[in-house]
Amino acid sequence: MLIGATIAILVVMILAITRGIIGPTLYDRILAVNMFGTKTVLLLSLLGFVMGRPHFLDIAIVYALINFISMIGVLRYSNSFAFEPPTQEKEKLPEEP
Amino acid sequence: MPFDINNVIDIMSAICLLIGSFLCVSGGVGILRFPDFYTRIHAVGVTDTLGSGTILIGLMLQCHESLVFVKLVMILLMTIFISPIACHALAKAATLSGLPPLLCNNKELEKKL
Amino acid sequence: MKDLVAVVMLAGIYSLLSASFFVVMDAADVAFTEASVGAGISTLLMLVAITMTGRSEHLVRHKPMLALVVVTIIGGLLIYGTLDMPHFGAVDSPIHGYVAPRYINDSMQEVGVINIVTSVLASYRAFDTFGEVVVIFTAGIGVLVLLSVERRPEDDAEIDSLNKAMHEQQLILRIATKMLIPFILLFALYVQFHGDFGPGGGFQAGVIFASAIILYAMLFGLSTARRVINQSFIQLVAAIGVLLFGSTGLVSLLNGGNFLDYNVLFVDPIAGQHLGIFLIEWGVGCTVASVIVLIFFNFAGRRENYKRKKHRETK
Repeated sequence: MLIGATIAILVVMILAITRGIIGPTLYDRILAVNMFGTKTVLLLSLLGFVMGRPHFLDIAIVYALINFISMIGVLRYSNSFAFEPPTQEKEKLPEEP
Repeated sequence: MPFDINNVIDIMSAICLLIGSFLCVSGGVGILRFPDFYTRIHAVGVTDTLGSGTILIGLMLQCHESLVFVKLVMILLMTIFISPIACHALAKAATLSGLPPLLCNNKELEKKL
Repeated sequence: MKDLVAVVMLAGIYSLLSASFFVVMDAADVAFTEASVGAGISTLLMLVAITMTGRSEHLVRHKPMLALVVVTIIGGLLIYGTLDMPHFGAVDSPIHGYVAPRYINDSMQEVGVINIVTSVLASYRAFDTFGEVVVIFTAGIGVLVLLSVERRPEDDAEIDSLNKAMHEQQLILRIATKMLIPFILLFALYVQFHGDFGPGGGFQAGVIFASAIILYAMLFGLSTARRVINQSFIQLVAAIGVLLFGSTGLVSLLNGGNFLDYNVLFVDPIAGQHLGIFLIEWGVGCTVASVIVLIFFNFAGRRENYKRKKHRETK
């Protein structure tokens, strides 16, 4: 059962990487990396159980934290990147209340 | 077969793992097939958290030491806490940068509705 | 691929994949360090650097054919050279014949620590680790010499008002981060002291500690973070880490043993080993954490200076 779950998570990771390569905008790629990160945490926990070594859970915790910090870093510094609008024209969004 | 508490726990753990893998795979299919960035965030954010939660609960039912159980509880709490916030931050950054959502511009579809 | 941000993201995924390889090969300590340093800190620092230099690569006028040919030839020669080595994991190679069994069999009696990686890193090969810590410290000094920026008090007031304006936008993130940071710091301390029994140790703990401080600095503004942790205090802590490591070795010399020989630190040799490993891991953790925080503060401080100058020019 554990091995079945591991294979399912590996399939999802391959799907996420595909979206990361195709994704037309930058934010699609950031989303793909984020999903890859959460699936890696799951994969590490499952592998730890399959291989009988519970020490891998430490690595899973660290990776969850690092994923979060990298996401916040990318979003915080993406304001200074010039964002190329996609081929549709930019519509005016309503002001925030 | 005899009604053993170990068998019941094994079956419950297997069911949790099955549900969790199904949710994660559906999230993975969703990120490839949805038409727009904001819909994809919806797919990833919801299924990621819930799928991770169920898989971790399934693992928790299978462990024998208490330290491993505590660590799994910590990973579960952290995932439930962090994952929706990261998706919120991503959506907010995309909105503030001006990424337009896919609106319904098709006049025939509007006539049908 | 011309987009540097996409390249940085892919580099992050690459180091994550190598961490997974290490996990599959059952090397937990290395996977730990690779995941925290490669996928976390390197990505962040490269992103901060990209915000200053620009997002896409400049056009290259010439095609570097000669360089490609040279690299291919030398790479081919290197691969041809490695074919001579014994196969990966073969039982009769010299490593598995003499080196590894000696450490695996004798480590528990001589050092008394369960994690053999820690015993090799901190006791058998402690001088090597000392060299690594000094290299990290020198990198910190180099960044300070090249990149540090003069700060004036009137700039701080300007940045403060900017930060308050951002508070509305980032409310959810700020509240969530405030709840998460104590947990990260506590986990860093756990990893530091748990290096004897599981994967962990000084390097990984220092990186996690530094990433908590970097998270705070990113979300709440650099000047607020500088008020929480003073730059001169961080420099002091970095120096104290190297000093702690070196003086453990000197005390061993003064007690009659070799440099960094822990058996003479205490009455009982095993207790001396434990004390020695504890002290030097503490030194490594201090230095690594403070140097990474220093590097980030200086990178980001430069960027703030640059933004402020542009803001004043456009007014």
